[in-house]
Amino acid sequence: MNRKTIIPIGPYHPLQEEPEFFELEMEGEKVIDINVHIGYNHRSIEKIAESKTFDQMVFLVERICGICSTSHPIANCNAVEDLARIEIPERARYIRSIVGELERLHSHLLWAGLAGHFIGYNTLWMWIWKYREPILEIFEAVTGNRNHYAMMIPGGVRRDIKEEDIPFLSKGLDEAERKIDMVTKAVLDDPVLAARLKGVGILSREDAINYCAVGPTARASGIPIDVRRDDPYAAYDLVDWKIITQEEGDVFAKVVVRLLECFESIKIIRQCLKMLRTVKGEIAAKVKEIPPGEGIGHHEAPRGEVFHYVRSDGSNMPVRLKVRAPTYVNLPTCKATVPGESVADAAIILAAIDPCYCCTERIVTINKRTGQRELNGQDLLRLSRKKTEKICKNMGRRNV
Amino acid sequence: MNKLWALKKSIWVYHLCSGSCNNCDIEILDCLTPKFDLERFGILLVGSIRHADAILATGSISRKALPRIKRVYEQMPQPKLVIAVGGCACSGGIFKNAYNIVGPFDKIVPVTAYVPGCPPKPEAIIDGVVKVINSL
Repeated sequence: MNRKTIIPIGPYHPLQEEPEFFELEMEGEKVIDINVHIGYNHRSIEKIAESKTFDQMVFLVERICGICSTSHPIANCNAVEDLARIEIPERARYIRSIVGELERLHSHLLWAGLAGHFIGYNTLWMWIWKYREPILEIFEAVTGNRNHYAMMIPGGVRRDIKEEDIPFLSKGLDEAERKIDMVTKAVLDDPVLAARLKGVGILSREDAINYCAVGPTARASGIPIDVRRDDPYAAYDLVDWKIITQEEGDVFAKVVVRLLECFESIKIIRQCLKMLRTVKGEIAAKVKEIPPGEGIGHHEAPRGEVFHYVRSDGSNMPVRLKVRAPTYVNLPTCKATVPGESVADAAIILAAIDPCYCCTERIVTINKRTGQRELNGQDLLRLSRKKTEKICKNMGRRNV
Repeated sequence: MNKLWALKKSIWVYHLCSGSCNNCDIEILDCLTPKFDLERFGILLVGSIRHADAILATGSISRKALPRIKRVYEQMPQPKLVIAVGGCACSGGIFKNAYNIVGPFDKIVPVTAYVPGCPPKPEAIIDGVVKVINSL
């Protein structure tokens, strides 16, 4: 007799902020397999980008995700700058790092709070979100908005951080650091959290490598990868900071990595603010025209590496934008972490990668009559080869 | 007497995300946390649509989410209030002409109130809900 049961989570489920659908295959209390269905949030951003100019595209990619809403613009600007060979002014590099790290602070705190909510520990949720508010106030003072900061343009930043803003910023940071310190100590010593999260949903080092995990998910499994160090951009090679890793790979290790990273972020922001007092000058380089060609850019978002690819044909609009968000590679790790755990732990393990489905959504066209995919992998490969041949022919080159 | 007077005391809201960028969603959650604390007005976020008096809807509706949203709306007990939060839910915003978007919320279900902004500040969301309560 088949005793397998399927428990659906979603698409509209009280635990989730966003619509997504998990099928847990159960045997008694134990999860034996998991299937993920996404696509409820697909908004065709890559297609809309083709009808926007390079300046407008930054505001569009900002709306890929509301939580990492400066990561996508930074990655996008890096890609456009790579394409047009633009060198950004030093002051802009520091400001980019400050905004990027402030975002990491708010995002990690947001996740820590939601993690408390997921395991039914609402005190932690309310508590941490209260201490997240001062960081949003800093954002409002510096960028003019609590979320969606609109700070980046290709070539630099749009708003300067003025001399008179710096005391307010450092005061807010001191306050935030004190509170985060308190929260971190409380979380690390909490017997309830330790009992609930330690040894749960272990992602081994080998699995993390096999699934190409990025960001805190990989760092909690002992892999020291971080784009900020591996391929420095903005001001990350000009300041002193270190990568936080943990060896255990369980959910608790992911909490620890995120909370300790907050202190590194504060360290980076402090150094950048100090440098802003001495480094003066322009905040954006003049961008005259974007030449034909292609560029790549990435940024270490709070969830991992965000990757953008931009191709231009010399006009003022991109021909192609390709986005790879961190959740896209982190989400499949649930195949390794969830099976074998109990159904009560499945929710927090799924949330442990800090999923952001609105970044991840892809689309597949399916022929309704036959139930087959309109284009499968082979078709895409064939189309891509055909196009390469066409381009080579147009450019008068032989296909190699 | 207006039959909606029962909602005046304590509105229970359900958060419905349908293809948004998450930003309005975290601002809605922000409303419930200590700084803004909507619960002092009796406004409570509930997990099930069958307990809800109002939907806080975010995002422009994607094709895949459309049938689910219709079902969620049908499962809601009468009287139904829908508050569209954010530029996408009000008008489609930047995604208005996208191929996978079937349009702003009021094309699909009747909407009681609109809170514009990208994202609206928690104060604006609270203001919107309070205006709805006062208009009942």
